[in-house]
Amino acid sequence: MIFLFLSSGLFLGWSLGANDAANIFGTAVGTKMVRFKTAALIASVFVIIGAYLSGAGAAHTLGELGAINELAGSFTVAIAAAFTVTLMTRLKLPVSTSQAVVGAIIGWNLFSGFAIDYAALTKIVSTWIVCPILAAIFAALLYKLSKILLPKLNIHLLRMDAYTRVALIVVGAFGAYSLGANNIANVMGMFIHSVPFQDIQLSQVLTVSTAEQLFILGGLAISVGIFTYSRRVMNTVGKDLFRLSPITAFIVVLSHSLVLYIFASEGLRNWLVANNLPPIPLVPVSSSQAVIGAILGIALVKGGKNIRFGVLGKIASGWVTTPVIAGIVSVFFLFIMQNVFDQAVYRSAENVVWEQKHNSNEIVDISCVSKTILYEEVYGDLAILKNAELKKK
Amino acid sequence: MPILFKLTKMIESQIEAFLNEVSVSALEFRKALACYLKDDNEGFMQRLQSVTESERKADALRLEIEKQLYMRTLIPENRGDVLAILENTDDIIDTIKDTLMEFSVECPQIPTDLDDSYLELAEASMQSVEWLIKAIRAFFKEFYLVNELLHKVIYYEKEADKLAVMLKRKIFQKDLDLSCKIHLRYFTFHVERISDASESVADRLAIYAIKREI
Repeated sequence: MIFLFLSSGLFLGWSLGANDAANIFGTAVGTKMVRFKTAALIASVFVIIGAYLSGAGAAHTLGELGAINELAGSFTVAIAAAFTVTLMTRLKLPVSTSQAVVGAIIGWNLFSGFAIDYAALTKIVSTWIVCPILAAIFAALLYKLSKILLPKLNIHLLRMDAYTRVALIVVGAFGAYSLGANNIANVMGMFIHSVPFQDIQLSQVLTVSTAEQLFILGGLAISVGIFTYSRRVMNTVGKDLFRLSPITAFIVVLSHSLVLYIFASEGLRNWLVANNLPPIPLVPVSSSQAVIGAILGIALVKGGKNIRFGVLGKIASGWVTTPVIAGIVSVFFLFIMQNVFDQAVYRSAENVVWEQKHNSNEIVDISCVSKTILYEEVYGDLAILKNAELKKK
Repeated sequence: MPILFKLTKMIESQIEAFLNEVSVSALEFRKALACYLKDDNEGFMQRLQSVTESERKADALRLEIEKQLYMRTLIPENRGDVLAILENTDDIIDTIKDTLMEFSVECPQIPTDLDDSYLELAEASMQSVEWLIKAIRAFFKEFYLVNELLHKVIYYEKEADKLAVMLKRKIFQKDLDLSCKIHLRYFTFHVERISDASESVADRLAIYAIKREI
């Protein structure tokens, strides 16, 4: 039953692998610089590593927005996000999985009555806007740098080709790692508080937590997506959509990967905090929009000719339409799930505390126990408490 | 990966060898024509033999480079351009050989006072070839220099055109049989044609160099 409920998240993972791997290896495979099998293997391995090692940060931010506490609720939210992505793709509207997931979670908040954490929401939405802009800045700088440096190096065309192949593989691995780290939250983030997995003790020092188990599963789903369906997308992206030279593709993928990494790396965030610098929010961002931002950055440096500014408008409209549609779909699906299939899609915070204490045969007098302590005991996370308190206010 | 770098190095040296053969042919053409004008038949035949050998080697190298580029799907973005450069440059060496071969077969009777004009025309034509070879080398390694070098190719091609016109005027002002005049004009055209072939490659190279910019 658990895996049935997880299937919607795994489907999101498959879809992510099928589509977003093309952002990393599209040009390399489309132009035959890198063989598909090599690209798929590297992308799969590094997506899983990225998800396992660095997936927690962005997932935690999604948890702040809404810690879905029933498995059926998580399933419905994921299926609502997936449905929205499919629907908008069919309607040829710009769509991002990250934005659909956030909209679906907000839908769950509205349906369950949990208050929306507007601070977390503002953080997430501002990141969506910053993501393509930052990618454009990185790409523009890297492009300028390569324009200055490459002619001075006097590298033979053929040797440059060999270096570019190696660079595309290395940056592709980094891109896959960043994609796994940043976007795993979209795939499995909504299940973290609801899935009844136990921590697995592999050795005295190595324990695989519930979240990590989910991230590995999600990573595997992404890998399956890469191997089963991304070849066509890579060829389309590499040959038709973005016809980039291999060196430009390297710059675009590197810029995209840096942006995704910045918004996923707890290490970088901790370093910034330790050096009294403003921390970067860890938020799942759109891989495709980072790529578009990077391409636009290069186009602007080249003089801004042939830029279709309508594309920018479409991206900006997606920041609003995607979450709104996903939110509406999510509320509708949650209603169906609760009232037609008779599945609990959420539990109130008070119920959770009571159930936990009741099961352990403790006499509970909530009124004399600090709510903070109780909620922390149950969730190990203050997100739900925060929601409950916001709701009270 | 080491295999890729080894292969790359091998093709780089093959391209260098190919360009060297074309360059050697241009040098040999000048010497061969000088020998022909001095009635040094043995010297001329040696030079012709050398050019024929260079043409054969260049053909073999070009085929091998093309095979490797296709088989290993190297330089996907520039492969078509590189193959076009090699094929068109190969046409130049073919033209050089054909011209010398025609000298050897038809043995045109060139009046002594036209010797210098023919040598000057050959010099301008060969200069255009040599600058083209430099431009092709730059295309592979220092593409930002290509336009500067192509400028010289165009200059020598125009120079060859001018010299050819002057030479033809001289030929037709001479008191010779019309058949002889036409024969000499034909050889003027052949020597000049080598610089035209260089210009044709130069025109393409200018476009390919733009494509090479990131």
